[in-house]
Amino acid sequence: MRKGAEIAAWLLALALIAYGLWGGLAALNWDVIIKWLPRLTKGAVLTLELVGIAVVAGLILAIPMGIARSSRHWYVRAMPYSYIFFFRGTPLLVQLFLVYYGLAQFDAVRNGPLWQYLRDPYWCAILTMTLHTAAYIAEILRGAIQAVPPGEVEAARALGMSRAKTMFYIVLPRAARIGLPAYSNEVILMLKASALASTVTLLELTGMARTIIARTYLPVEIFFAAGMFYLLIAFILVRGFKLLERWLRVDACQGR
Amino acid sequence: MAEATPALEIRDLHKRYGDLEVLKGISLTARDGDVISILGSSGSGKSTFLRCINLLENPHKGQIILAGEELKLKAAKNGELVAADSRQINRLRSEIGFVFQNFNLWPHMSVLDNIIEAPRRVLGQSKAEAIEVAEALLAKVGIADKRHVYPNQLSGGQQQRAAIARTLAMQPKVILFDEPTSALDPEMVQEVLNVIRALAEEGRTMLLVTHEMGFARQVSSEVVFLHQGLVEEQGTPEQVFDNPNSARCKQFMSSNH
Repeated sequence: MRKGAEIAAWLLALALIAYGLWGGLAALNWDVIIKWLPRLTKGAVLTLELVGIAVVAGLILAIPMGIARSSRHWYVRAMPYSYIFFFRGTPLLVQLFLVYYGLAQFDAVRNGPLWQYLRDPYWCAILTMTLHTAAYIAEILRGAIQAVPPGEVEAARALGMSRAKTMFYIVLPRAARIGLPAYSNEVILMLKASALASTVTLLELTGMARTIIARTYLPVEIFFAAGMFYLLIAFILVRGFKLLERWLRVDACQGR
Repeated sequence: MAEATPALEIRDLHKRYGDLEVLKGISLTARDGDVISILGSSGSGKSTFLRCINLLENPHKGQIILAGEELKLKAAKNGELVAADSRQINRLRSEIGFVFQNFNLWPHMSVLDNIIEAPRRVLGQSKAEAIEVAEALLAKVGIADKRHVYPNQLSGGQQQRAAIARTLAMQPKVILFDEPTSALDPEMVQEVLNVIRALAEEGRTMLLVTHEMGFARQVSSEVVFLHQGLVEEQGTPEQVFDNPNSARCKQFMSSNH
């Protein structure tokens, strides 16, 4: 029943898009779209790469910060706060420019061992996106850790588990389920934010589309095709996270 | 040789929330095999007393001695006593079972996983070892067929029995029951009480905070009546239920019969 309604909603959305764009779609130059499809696919692969690495590395970076943010000691909570404040308080685009154009101003960086990575827009984009999303994921994790029912934590402590064991074996697995819907949201936001990587010369989906348009002068066709790619990736991500939620029994753990 | 070392001894326990004194000096001794029921009206400090024993709440004064080993306490800034030695408190907690009113099973784990988690992480049992123990315990509490089921698929009574099995898996020296049937529908109370009765008959040492008067009378070797943070009446079930000395206890018993 629910599944049927969901499929119906998707079909309705697609039908609306199709209807709305019908006139435009018929007028599109489909040959051009098909011709450039392989290049766009290449761009999409790079987009997936950027987002995939950023959200996984961001998650790893966020776990200690999220734990620190949920500490009962104010000075532990304060440590990651300035980091989170900076990365949530400034636009990703500004951060990207600071890393890509800014770091190169310093001799220490140019002569440093990491220059071979930091001169590369690919690594600059990954670094910035990772640091940016880590700040958001840390706050998601903090909320999830604090939302674990206190009785379940008490149960672990009453059985003799230390603070660390309770955190590792009970709280984090439980918080992962609480925070998963918010994390999937963040991943999809990062998918769209990754378009900013095109501003530092990367030929990911948006960058590739712009490059193709510069050759073909057909922005509607190419951006339409790029948009469809984003939609398709988002759709797969949504479905994937839904499966993950089902596998982790997220719904069954809520509302208790 | 004097008397054998008591399984659990609590001396002069005090606890307050702000200016409200909840426990005003409670002492209690449980010898091996004692089943001590703690009765009292709401707000008399029964649950707080129980939760102070394994430091789920921090008392302000008092001593807690498990099988002759005193729990090391130190004063925190806010005047509460906290564990001075985290290794010791974790070890003592693993030897003091605690059964909650709201079960507090972990909803993301199957019943079996709930039970084997602490023996594996705290006692260092292997998974196979822990499963063997857990399955025997599940059979004992009568839900052997529910091992792969998740807590939210169980009735309240079954959840509480699973929670008791989880506690038993740690082979505790003393078990504390904090109103184990108060969150249950009436028809499920009995199945949980039957499990607790079976444990009493095994000779386990237990402290039981409960509102089930008839049950307390049947299983207890000793009954303690708390009133306004003090032990108002203490003795055998017959004495406390039938011949209480204090007027307050008399009134409580007559209104609850």
